[in-house]
Amino acid sequence: MKRRLSRPFLTLPVLFGLIVLALLVFCVIFADLLYPGNPWRMVARPNLPPLSPGFPAGTDMLGRDLAAGLVHGSRATLVVAFSVVAFAVGLGSAIGLAAGYLGAAIDEGLMRFTEFFQTIPGFLLTIMIVAIFSPTRWTVILAIALMAWPPIVRVVRAEVLSLRRLDWVRAARVSGLSHIRIALLHVLPNVLPQIVVQSSLLLASAIMIESGISFLGLGSRDAVSWGFLLGSGRTAFSVNWWLSTLPGLAIFLTVLAFNLVGDGLERWLDPKRSRRAGP
Amino acid sequence: MTRVARSQRHQIQGIAAAYGRAFGLRLAKAGLTLFAVIVLSFLLVRLAPGDPALILAGDQGGSDPAFVDELRHHLGLDGPLLFQLWRYLQNIASFDFGISYRDQRPVLDIVLEKVPATLLLTGSAFVFSIVLGVTLGALSARRPGSAVDVVITTISVAFFAMPMFWVGLVFIIVFAVKLGWLPSYGMETTAVSARGGWAALGDRLSHMVLPVLTLGFFYMSVHARVSRTALLQISAMDFIRTARAKGLSPWRIWRDHLLRNALLPTITVASLQAGQLIGGSILVETVFAWPGIGRLAFNALSGRDYNVLLAVFILSSLGVIIANLIADAAYRLIDPRLEREGKT
Amino acid sequence: MTQTQTQTQPRPSPLVSIENIDIALPAGSDRKFAVSGATISIDRGEVLCIVGESGSGKSVLASAIAGLLPGDGLQVTKGRLLFDGQDVLSLNEPQLRRLRGARIGFIFQEPMTALNPLLTVGRQLAEALEAHGHPASPARIGELFSAMQLPEPETIGRRYPHELSGGQRQRVAIAMAMACGPDLLIADEPTTALDVTTQAEILKLILALRVSHKLAVLFITHDFGVVREIADRVAVMQNGEIIEVGNARSVLDTPQQPYTRRLLAAVPTLDALRRPSLTDRVALLELDGIEKTHAARRGFFAAKGRSVIALDGVDLELREGETLALVGESGSGKSTLGQVITGLIERDAGHFRLFGDDIARAGDLFTSQRRPAVQMVFQDPQSSLNPRHDVRRILTEPVLRAGLSKAEAHARMAMLLARVGLDASVADRKPHAFSGGQRQRIGLARALMHQPRLLVADEPVSALDVSVQAQVLDLLAELQRDLGLAMLFITHDLRVAAKVADRIAVMQQGRIVEAAATDDLLHRPQSAYARALLAAIPGRAHEADFPHLKRLQRDTA
Repeated sequence: MKRRLSRPFLTLPVLFGLIVLALLVFCVIFADLLYPGNPWRMVARPNLPPLSPGFPAGTDMLGRDLAAGLVHGSRATLVVAFSVVAFAVGLGSAIGLAAGYLGAAIDEGLMRFTEFFQTIPGFLLTIMIVAIFSPTRWTVILAIALMAWPPIVRVVRAEVLSLRRLDWVRAARVSGLSHIRIALLHVLPNVLPQIVVQSSLLLASAIMIESGISFLGLGSRDAVSWGFLLGSGRTAFSVNWWLSTLPGLAIFLTVLAFNLVGDGLERWLDPKRSRRAGP
Repeated sequence: MTRVARSQRHQIQGIAAAYGRAFGLRLAKAGLTLFAVIVLSFLLVRLAPGDPALILAGDQGGSDPAFVDELRHHLGLDGPLLFQLWRYLQNIASFDFGISYRDQRPVLDIVLEKVPATLLLTGSAFVFSIVLGVTLGALSARRPGSAVDVVITTISVAFFAMPMFWVGLVFIIVFAVKLGWLPSYGMETTAVSARGGWAALGDRLSHMVLPVLTLGFFYMSVHARVSRTALLQISAMDFIRTARAKGLSPWRIWRDHLLRNALLPTITVASLQAGQLIGGSILVETVFAWPGIGRLAFNALSGRDYNVLLAVFILSSLGVIIANLIADAAYRLIDPRLEREGKT
Repeated sequence: MTQTQTQTQPRPSPLVSIENIDIALPAGSDRKFAVSGATISIDRGEVLCIVGESGSGKSVLASAIAGLLPGDGLQVTKGRLLFDGQDVLSLNEPQLRRLRGARIGFIFQEPMTALNPLLTVGRQLAEALEAHGHPASPARIGELFSAMQLPEPETIGRRYPHELSGGQRQRVAIAMAMACGPDLLIADEPTTALDVTTQAEILKLILALRVSHKLAVLFITHDFGVVREIADRVAVMQNGEIIEVGNARSVLDTPQQPYTRRLLAAVPTLDALRRPSLTDRVALLELDGIEKTHAARRGFFAAKGRSVIALDGVDLELREGETLALVGESGSGKSTLGQVITGLIERDAGHFRLFGDDIARAGDLFTSQRRPAVQMVFQDPQSSLNPRHDVRRILTEPVLRAGLSKAEAHARMAMLLARVGLDASVADRKPHAFSGGQRQRIGLARALMHQPRLLVADEPVSALDVSVQAQVLDLLAELQRDLGLAMLFITHDLRVAAKVADRIAVMQQGRIVEAAATDDLLHRPQSAYARALLAAIPGRAHEADFPHLKRLQRDTA
């Protein structure tokens, strides 16, 4: 406990992550003020390179402003990412809590179920679902969320299992509190730090998967995301290298920022436990 | 002495039996997983809006009513749901994944001829990522906080955040377009590979470099992080102190005590990656026009050739299941604590 | 061993001599030095015990002797450290390695984690030999295992650590430490994690090795019983300083420092409380043939695991106002029984009557009448309080849920906090602000909030330092008496049981092998197992030799 306080949260990488995220939030909020109207209007000469006056990110072959696309794309990308995390964290925490708290038989069943989703090729299934059902924004969100929850289950369950063995959970039982109350009001809050950490890491991988789908041209056309910009720019990459490079850079920086903040949170909230696996 | 020998033999037989039982259970579980995959792919088509026969016939086949009718009958789509499922399982059990309307060929043939290319790509990337990842993780765990550690950690954090397809594109722009060092697409230059010999091998390798690095760097970063963490955790354990107290050399401690234990999480992560590698190969094969099942899946998606798509899904799931069985066996080989239990 | 020899004759140069050493803690710790100004020597062939409570710096000092200080910033900043005339502090790592294992052997506290789980114990022993150029033939390895009195010494080397018991693992660890015939064995609480009977065997083994190998032993412990059993000389440490050193007998007999006196007085002895017989009281709790088998966790895909019989037909009676101590070693089933009685686990068979009513299943204990009446105090002060809740919530939430008004709940809390010796202001603080002893007091107050009639205390003092242990025990006994509680006191330590119990029931392998009034059990044990437990209590053989100690304890009490 004393250790936690002495461990600073604001390390250099975390600071970097927070600055990137602050810029991102700024873009999301003020997209309409910065670039009012449809970002896909033709506004200038085609194929302007980056850092041209008035067009910091250049234009594409139809003379559309890439900077406008990037700023508006932040919205589409983040809406999908946050919705995915909301679904996945809700589902994953519920299953993890149930598996960890409700005893061996239920745990066994739920974990087989979870393992199944970890075994099958998730990205393939996701794009199949998106393609077979119509590629709307909600299909994309649900299809990504369907594959994203297992890591949450693993972390929450492992934590609940170890908490459940602790004497204070037994003490709560002996003092007459109900199982539901203990699970939701006593155990769950103790798992919250892990859930926060996982959410941050999950945001990163949701952005990654969404841009993969959009890159392949299978994503939702409701709003243009970075992955879509990258994918549509790649046909011309030998001439207009910036059309695919800059959206990719945006994805990279955002994913990096969420990862760095997630790692920082983990070190700060929970120094004992360290990251086990990748996405 | 004979008594000892006998008890030893008994012990070995006991261990073998336990291994056998554990393996049998694993196999049963793998079978069940495969069954669930097949049911899931069945449901996917059934749950989709519209006529499943039309969906399976795809954009081109759907315009041919005779083909759709034949398909409907072949899949039993005129019968009740459970009957359809039964028919579907029967077909798959006899390796009948249907006909691709686009190619007018059995789906299984189409998929199987693409498998070697994908195995070459994912297998090379997998080996590359583990070897380099664990090496980097070990280098960086030697002295946490040192310059080497900071550089390695930064590299792996960076690659972990880069979208694979973007890395691929940047590689192509830099190494193929600007510098012209390496080919940017395909698996071979037909004229060269036809001649065979060393030239063909060199040609193949030069085609492999960029896709393998693109796919491998991401997983390398994962392995570097996992092994660094594991090594640091294990170096704080009591038995490492015991090893030091015995006066062992640092190399012995590192090899027999640290690395051995730290490989366990690496194996776990590697087995989880099998499924992700399939996803990665879809992106990388698309970027580099690599003629494997990833690109096949992408083309099938764009062309709405669902028979091909489902076959790719089921067969790649089978591949992942087999990879997991292998990882499980490797885990048991290293960790004696599991040999008598049926699960990890 | 005799006082005259060590003090008057000129001694040969000591094996280890530590002069005025400071070991700095990393910046930002709660004190500056782990060890400060320590001066002590170890002679060839002698057993030196360093005694102290947790955080006294005793382990750090021992680690420094072979350059084994943990990597996180502990450093010797001052002083001299000689081993056999060699200046250890000036040695480089390869030179230190030639010392470790070869001339200085180490054993540590936790036999469960001290061995590499992935290698056979034979291979780990072979390593110790090979590291110093000794041949590691199977014959030599068998010989070493045999010298450690391990079963099947020729084949046990092929086993993995998880296949051995705690005591066996500790013997393997000792074999590794002794492999190269060291001059000094440093043993850091090597028996603390073991059962008493196993502890007695390990102590005997170390003493035998000391004679056969002419070995000096530096033995670190917090237990004066162990000291009395094995020490030639004793050093007492407190807050990083050696406050008293001397011949074992003189330190134990006529301690000079008040701290030493306090520690000694806190050691429970086997003097039973003399209390009026309670045989005429009503039985609150009657158990008859209770059975419980812990099924190994199994699922559809899990191979058949071994199931463990935890309770094998337990009969027990607890009367109103009585304290019954349930004593047993690990795996005896005593904690399982405690959990059956509090309803935390379901029994498989047997009759269970509480306050005269039949309890058909564990769920019957969770009624609004019975639940408050049966409460529990837990073992581990680190984990028995929810770290996110303040003391107020920990104490009042259950009674508020049970329908008590807020005012009443708070009044009761204030009363109980005062009763357990805590200030009312603690109510707003969270568990991490408290010491182990304080947390145990909070845990006790929590159990009493419901005004129970029956209190189950599961090893409530075993995680505490001796001096704190004594205070908490006194408090428990006092509250039990004043509130007229019936108490089931679960412990592994007969000395602790003797201090609080009216009756003692001894458990072994899921059965009660003997139950008798405390005085009878301690002085006239009937069963072989109870006799073995009593004999294994460290320091007991010599207790009669220390008449001063009893007087001392009476004086300080």
